Amino acid sequence: MSDVNNATTAPNSALAAERAEDEYTGPMLAADGTPLKRSLNRALRRQKISALLLIAPLLIFVLVTFVAPIADMLFRSVENKIVQDTLPRTTTELKNWDSEGGELPDQAVYKSLYQDIYVAQERKLHTRLGSRLNYELTGASSLFRKSGRGVDDIGEVYQDQFEDLNAFWKKGENWNDVLGSDAWLATMKDWKKASGDAQPPFEMRDGIADILPQTANYYLIFADFVQNEDNDNLYKEDPWPLVYSAFYDDLTGPTAEQIAAYAGPGATELAQAAAAAPSFDSVDYAQAFADIDKDWVELPIWQTIATYSPRFTNGYFLNAVDMQKTPDGPALRPDDERIYWTLFKRTLFMSVCITLSCILLGYPVGWILANLPARTANLLMILVLLPFWTSLLVRTSAWKVMLQQQGVINDTLVWLGVVADDSRLALINNQTGTIIAMTHILLPFMILPLYSVMKTVPPSYLRAAKSLGATNWTAFWRVYFPQSVPGIGAGSILVFILSIGYYITPEIVGGRTGTFISNRIAYHISSSLNWGLAAALGAILLAVVLGLYYAYDKIVGIDNVKLGG
Amino acid sequence: MKFTTTLLASSAIVGAGTLAFADAHGNMAKDMTLVSWGGAYQASQDKAYVQPYLGMHSDVTAVWDESSAEAVAKLRAMNEAGNVTWDLVDVVAADAIRLCDEGLAMEIDADEVLAAAPDGTSASDDFGDLLVSDCFIPQIVYSTTFGYRTDMVGDTPPSKICDVFDLEAYPGKRSLEKRPINNMEWALLCDGVAKADVYDVLATPEGQEKALAKLDTIKDDVIWWSAGADTPQLLADGEIVMGSTYNGRLFSVIEEQKQPVAMLWDAQVFDLDGWIIPAGLPADRLARVMDFVKFATDTQRLADQSQYISYGPARLSSAPMVGKHADLGIDMAPHMPTDPNNAQNTFLYNYEFWADYRDDIDAKFQAWLAQ
Repeated sequence: MSDVNNATTAPNSALAAERAEDEYTGPMLAADGTPLKRSLNRALRRQKISALLLIAPLLIFVLVTFVAPIADMLFRSVENKIVQDTLPRTTTELKNWDSEGGELPDQAVYKSLYQDIYVAQERKLHTRLGSRLNYELTGASSLFRKSGRGVDDIGEVYQDQFEDLNAFWKKGENWNDVLGSDAWLATMKDWKKASGDAQPPFEMRDGIADILPQTANYYLIFADFVQNEDNDNLYKEDPWPLVYSAFYDDLTGPTAEQIAAYAGPGATELAQAAAAAPSFDSVDYAQAFADIDKDWVELPIWQTIATYSPRFTNGYFLNAVDMQKTPDGPALRPDDERIYWTLFKRTLFMSVCITLSCILLGYPVGWILANLPARTANLLMILVLLPFWTSLLVRTSAWKVMLQQQGVINDTLVWLGVVADDSRLALINNQTGTIIAMTHILLPFMILPLYSVMKTVPPSYLRAAKSLGATNWTAFWRVYFPQSVPGIGAGSILVFILSIGYYITPEIVGGRTGTFISNRIAYHISSSLNWGLAAALGAILLAVVLGLYYAYDKIVGIDNVKLGG
Repeated sequence: MKFTTTLLASSAIVGAGTLAFADAHGNMAKDMTLVSWGGAYQASQDKAYVQPYLGMHSDVTAVWDESSAEAVAKLRAMNEAGNVTWDLVDVVAADAIRLCDEGLAMEIDADEVLAAAPDGTSASDDFGDLLVSDCFIPQIVYSTTFGYRTDMVGDTPPSKICDVFDLEAYPGKRSLEKRPINNMEWALLCDGVAKADVYDVLATPEGQEKALAKLDTIKDDVIWWSAGADTPQLLADGEIVMGSTYNGRLFSVIEEQKQPVAMLWDAQVFDLDGWIIPAGLPADRLARVMDFVKFATDTQRLADQSQYISYGPARLSSAPMVGKHADLGIDMAPHMPTDPNNAQNTFLYNYEFWADYRDDIDAKFQAWLAQ
């Protein structure tokens, strides 16, 4: 039909255009002399802007409270910056390591691991990373917790030796006198915490960074932490053991000559330390971590850190489809850990079942409501709406009382002699329970659109069909039913999409075979705190729903959906 | 060692700092938002120490938020949003450890923050091993254990945990919690694993398979619960022969509702519940909470709580002060999970093990459940 229309209109418009070219010589002008097209555009634009301004409050509200949080949540399904942020030096060093070579990383990696974990444990971030990596590798959680406690001992090896060498290195004040700039020291010494003024931010003495580059680096981190996070007086604060190990590295490093040439404050002590440092006991970082936990000298933790060091990961999405990242690329999980694919299938299957049973039960109700006199129909409508005014939990719990084996329905059946007392029906804590309870809960969402569409079908059509000789069935099937399809479509979309995301009812009545994917999403949000995986599962669910919606539009046509007359 | 001393010193400074601040400005917040579990447990807290505290400070108000079940997720979300509205949160120990790990709970020094026992024993000695995390202030010891219908088990009521797995002697449905924790331990124990080896075995894939295989033998006869109220309801309706839940719930089924139910204390699993203080509270709110929590967890208050609910007080010094139930007038001591008669064979929730293995074993458990 539409093809024919197009075929006939096309030549017509071509003709019209030709005629137009013959008759007009310039653009059409409006009353004020501007071209009509521009004037019209301007008027339309003004209208559009005022319309936009009118809906702006709502639009902003929806964007801020609905779209932005969802986008933020979905973004977590690929975001993985915690590994790089917590272990910046280690992940950089690990880039040179061959994760499949079967060799452990070298000393440099262990040393940066020490530095990273030291800073992280001061900021209490290492356990967070532990919980993150525990999703991928069992045991990472306690490994990081233990390591956070253990790193202090590593740096203390140097701290003790420097302090034994000269008590000068014990005191934070001395360190500040050596490392801090004169201007900063002057203001810092005048500063009183009680005064309420902000602490003067630490400034490094000129040239220190050239002779003691690593010490300067870690002292800045230390100073920043003390001044900005702990809010303690930096001048009085003794440095972290980490600073001592950096100090040792500097004294035994390539800047030895510059250190010897240094003449600023503390030059004598510095020269003494530089002379003594080469004979200090040094730390074998790999061995130190092996002492904390032998997992550090095995491959899995390093492979996991290497695999998850990029800022973005597809790991959560792989998890969500029962796969995992391995050194050889994505692979299926072992049989006994696959669950999400089963749950996705089950969720879709059961949602279809629930939608079908809603159509089956809702259609006759909608028909009766539409065909009764208004007074009676309104009364019955209240009965349909009644469940909306009852708490979801109450309704679901009521089904428990009804459906359980010692419940009302089974008792009645046993009393009627339909089922034997020792073989009562299992109606709850399985798929049957979920389908029954959810059909009941979602039924109004089917009845309401059906009713409002059926209300618009003139009863005379049915009478006309019958008077033309149709049987009751033919009249219904050929005349009435096609006109009610938009209502079925609208109701089905509502019920299906609502049921796909339901989790309270399946959790209460679903047992082990009647739970949905949303139950796992809820679990990962509130119990396991694996928000990345929850976001990935949610994103997949959203994609499936949008895909089905698209398919529905292609097959049935979304214009064929009506929520009312 | 050095670390501990610096830590102690620094928290002492923080503590002293807050107190000084509060004194100097005379400024403690007037409102507290307390988070708990609702129900009988929250009521026991309200009667034992919240109302008495409010009685002593007539200008202070306390609001309850019944969000403990989702406390970890909600605190994390509040923290990310930079607006923590809770002042004191009641959580189980495992959650306290996770909140501490995530930096969402404040580390405290028990001796500094909490009251000493009446005989002068320091708080850290009085709570002893129950201080399982630097952020955790224990209140009660509860246990997850079984209750059974006395009228459905014949003449020989179940007396051992393995009776749960014995479908011949005790036919009928059982209820178990829909998570691996506790169930895996019980399954291994009844599969012949010695109690001391349970966690070593459970750490291996073979051990996990073994536990699931044992659970498989009763899989068709299990109703899986996710809310603590499920098992009491199922028992009261005669829907199950026996089921696991928290001992306080069973106490109320047995003693308050007088249902034909009895306790099976064998292999009960002890767990702890207590307070955490969210990290990053403003000074005035922190000062108020510190003041409250010191009062609410002292020896007398914890003993008072056991008049209202059958959970054991977490302080050693409170134990001798456990008296009678406030309404029923029965002795509470024999109903405590820690009573010597009940505690002949017990487990303590293995926090470290489950922190590590929770994600892995849960994946396997749920996959097994869905099959």
